[in-house]
Amino acid sequence: MDMSTPVSEAAEAQVAIDVDRVSKIFPGEDAVRALDDVSVGIRRNEFFTLLGPSGCGKTTLLRIIAGFEPPTMGALRLDGTDISRLAPDQRPINTVFQNYALFPHMSVARNIGFGLEMLGKPKREVNETVDRMLKLVQMEALKSRKTSALSGGQQQRVALARALAPHPRVLLLDEPLSALDLKLRKEMQIELKRLQSETGITFIFVTHDQEEALTMSDRIAVMRDGRILQIGSPRDIYQRPAERFVANFIGESNFLDATLSAGHVTLKAGGGAFAVTAPPGVADGPVSVLVRPEHAAVRAGSPAGDELPATIRNVVYSGDATTIHLELGSGELFKAKMSNSTGGGATLPSQGEPAVVTIAPGAVTVLKD
Amino acid sequence: MSDATASPTAPGELEAEALRQDHRTRWLMSLPAIAIILCAAAGPLMVMVVYSFLAPGDYGNVKWEFSTEGWVSVLLQRDIFDGTLAWADAHLSIFWRSLSLSLITTVVTLLIGVPTAWFIATRPDGKREFWLFLITVPFWTNLLVRTIAIQELIRAEGVINLILLKIGLIQEPIQMMFTNFAIGFGMSYVYLPLMVLPVYAAVEKLDFRLVEAAHDLYASRWKAFRLIILPLIKPGVIAGSILVFIPSLGAYVTPRVLGGGKNLMFGNLIELQFGQGRNWPLGAALSLTLMVAVMIALIFYVRATSRETHNG
Repeated sequence: MDMSTPVSEAAEAQVAIDVDRVSKIFPGEDAVRALDDVSVGIRRNEFFTLLGPSGCGKTTLLRIIAGFEPPTMGALRLDGTDISRLAPDQRPINTVFQNYALFPHMSVARNIGFGLEMLGKPKREVNETVDRMLKLVQMEALKSRKTSALSGGQQQRVALARALAPHPRVLLLDEPLSALDLKLRKEMQIELKRLQSETGITFIFVTHDQEEALTMSDRIAVMRDGRILQIGSPRDIYQRPAERFVANFIGESNFLDATLSAGHVTLKAGGGAFAVTAPPGVADGPVSVLVRPEHAAVRAGSPAGDELPATIRNVVYSGDATTIHLELGSGELFKAKMSNSTGGGATLPSQGEPAVVTIAPGAVTVLKD
Repeated sequence: MSDATASPTAPGELEAEALRQDHRTRWLMSLPAIAIILCAAAGPLMVMVVYSFLAPGDYGNVKWEFSTEGWVSVLLQRDIFDGTLAWADAHLSIFWRSLSLSLITTVVTLLIGVPTAWFIATRPDGKREFWLFLITVPFWTNLLVRTIAIQELIRAEGVINLILLKIGLIQEPIQMMFTNFAIGFGMSYVYLPLMVLPVYAAVEKLDFRLVEAAHDLYASRWKAFRLIILPLIKPGVIAGSILVFIPSLGAYVTPRVLGGGKNLMFGNLIELQFGQGRNWPLGAALSLTLMVAVMIALIFYVRATSRETHNG
């Protein structure tokens, strides 16, 4: 489990988009602070995801980077140059819009070539790039179709090709997969990742879907109420969430009461002491800890050693895994998820019977709040 | 499916019977509409066609004898002494004035109406109704009254001249009444709402994210307007242009009040034939000429504008 590495000098130099203490306030009677002193450096060639529930400010940040909204305060730099005051058409940044925003009166090819056409590129170059883009997104056959005659997945591909065609330095994606059905969404997730590595363009992806974020991103920024709570790799974010909100938003969680003392926590529910690395600013004393359901195992019997006594409330079979809902000795509710491949679910005690829970070493994370 | 067609109940016949019944009900239900169209539109039109081929009566009305003189006089005039035909210059200049002033009116209302419609459509929800209401207020007043109000603005001692004199921009009042300018000014004012309303309806439906997408793809404001906004609000612009151009061609009250007796337009010329001119067949022929001209203009306009869309 790697620690979140401090940003090195080399990485600092590679920053493509530097959001420097940006705030955005929408004026009016019910003035909202959509972004509150947000700073983040997004590196070159990175697949960076802004993740958060609706209203957390992620789309506002994206619109500020695109140039549709000016920041109320703060600066925005692209490769070291301040672009906060540039109009959208002055920025080498393109957007894939949530509803694609394809031009309905133009063919697929004209849509894709629009950016290059506006940049005044010669016709031949435009046509060549359009053909290359059509191939990249596997839409050669539909070149001269009207965009209104396309399915959702096809529109999605055209929108991608249109935004990629001018070869922007940064590509912004505003929840582009939310309108697709599950199967198509999974396909497009892999497709997007492929396109990003093939084109070498920095992708900034906005989503509220934690699974999407974990699957595709190099780094994720989790946002809430106009602030960034945590930035890190998917592994960091999932395994070492800094706050309860982050832990709760990403993946399933058990939050337990515990006592921290000299680098070890003791759960209220029992079991031994777990060695932990407490986040900075958390003092010894009562704390809240996180245990992911898949890091706990359940078996029948009476507790021995570091195992926790519990009573089974409910057993839910879901194909690949079985989720066991338990009540711990402390009265706290606990979820454990066991893979069915190991046959773990087969020999489980049934509802109401006593059981014991084993928490894997290193699976206990102390939370900041 | 193949056994179904081979079955003894012959569903093909059944379907045909259902179709016949369907046609019968549709005919019955559209009868009232057809009756109204026949009485109110086709009937009078036929009367006009018949009148245009008759001879004028001595004190108006028509004499029931066949004559093509009405149609000949639309473009030509017969010398009263030797009966030779020459171009009817007076008519031609009236046609030209009608056409050019109607085109100018359409362009002026477009230039003012599109930004106005845009302004209204981009107001927040709940405030648009107020602006739309303001646009429709002039309809509550009689056309003649509004036209006379315009006269009050532009006459020699009118508001505009007084202001210009006061601030010393001019030394003498400008003659605006009884000119083509006065007619164009008046018609632009009167027909402006007919442009604003359909354009508003089109702009209101416009997806503004498309405009953002165009800017995002390096389109300047003008390019975004020309390549994205204009093509998408085109149905509204076409409807507005038609709604302004057609009544402008046949306008009667406004040219009469603001243009005076010399600056006739098509509508005034027609009226003249049924009034002082006492030449009903010519009036009928002129009316039909106007109608055909409008139809041809419309066909060309719609063709030209839809072709441009397909090029996109």
